[in-house]
Amino acid sequence: MGETVTFWVLAVASVAAALGLVFSRKAVYSALMLGVVMLSLAVLYAVQDAPFLAAVQIIVYTGAVMMLFLFVLMLVGVDSSDSLVETLRGQRFWAFLAGLGFAVLLALGFGNVVFAAPTGLAAVNQAGNVPSLAEAIFTRYVFAFEVTSALLITAALGAMVLAHRERAEAKATQKDLSRARFVAFGETGANPASLPGPGTYARHNAIDMPALLPDGSISQLSVNRHLARHTEELLEERSGELDASETPVAEITEGENSK
Amino acid sequence: MTTHYLILSALLFAIGGIGVLIRRNAIVVFMCVELMLNACNLAFVTFARQHGNIEGQVIAFFVMIVAAAEVVVGLAIIVTIFRTRRSASVDDASLLKY
Repeated sequence: MGETVTFWVLAVASVAAALGLVFSRKAVYSALMLGVVMLSLAVLYAVQDAPFLAAVQIIVYTGAVMMLFLFVLMLVGVDSSDSLVETLRGQRFWAFLAGLGFAVLLALGFGNVVFAAPTGLAAVNQAGNVPSLAEAIFTRYVFAFEVTSALLITAALGAMVLAHRERAEAKATQKDLSRARFVAFGETGANPASLPGPGTYARHNAIDMPALLPDGSISQLSVNRHLARHTEELLEERSGELDASETPVAEITEGENSK
Repeated sequence: MTTHYLILSALLFAIGGIGVLIRRNAIVVFMCVELMLNACNLAFVTFARQHGNIEGQVIAFFVMIVAAAEVVVGLAIIVTIFRTRRSASVDDASLLKY
């Protein structure tokens, strides 16, 4: 009875999280959904007489693999969203249909099989789950285990070789950067000084509050563009306040907003 | 109960497969592959209990190791491609086509 309840709770949670993984627009949400699926599966392993695998699932998957995914997401850019252009026409529809058909086929196939009551691993796990696993791995599967260690070393070396980058030219010094800024100023008139800090003259000093310029307008340059969600709200708010005093809300757009 | 676990495993595998086919972000595609591997592991563990045989768990353990190695190399490849092409979309890496 307890197992049934656990199963249904976790089954619903994991299928919902898997759907969220596939259909959420942001990659970070997908990663978190994957974490939910992996944790649910870890509990399902524990329920099914596999406590060692449950621990390994949590340590290796939700610990190491998910962290790696999040690291690479941050490196590659969280805002690199999916393109909506379909290179193959109707590919999404047919992929969805194929996946659905595959699921129905497998589910019907499993649904038609009649299984006897599970034998259970109580007899095998008499000495404990870890000793019986160790006995299998280090006797019958010892060669596979050794090959696995070679695979892991190869993977670590491969990752280092692939991710390593030789610096082709010397690193730009402060002098070079300053010179480049003034060359840009001479050519395009880009502001050579540092960008205004956020919220210096505003009512809040949060990092995502834009600074007010002396004439009361808002400096778009003062906020990182990824954090700028408050800017438009504040613009509206301020334009309401300032309508009476006839001060225009100017947007400063000169220069590259690269802060 | 075995049937329930197997159907859950099949559902997760199919959802992962749909994700691999319809998503364009290479990292999300990778996550969907991980989901498929996890679904297979669930089936292995279920059959291990059904037949009272520890070898299903041994295979699931090896699948986890191989999946970890695969993630390391795959993500390194994605980072390398992103560095040269400034894009993590699987549609952009199509130079061999032309």
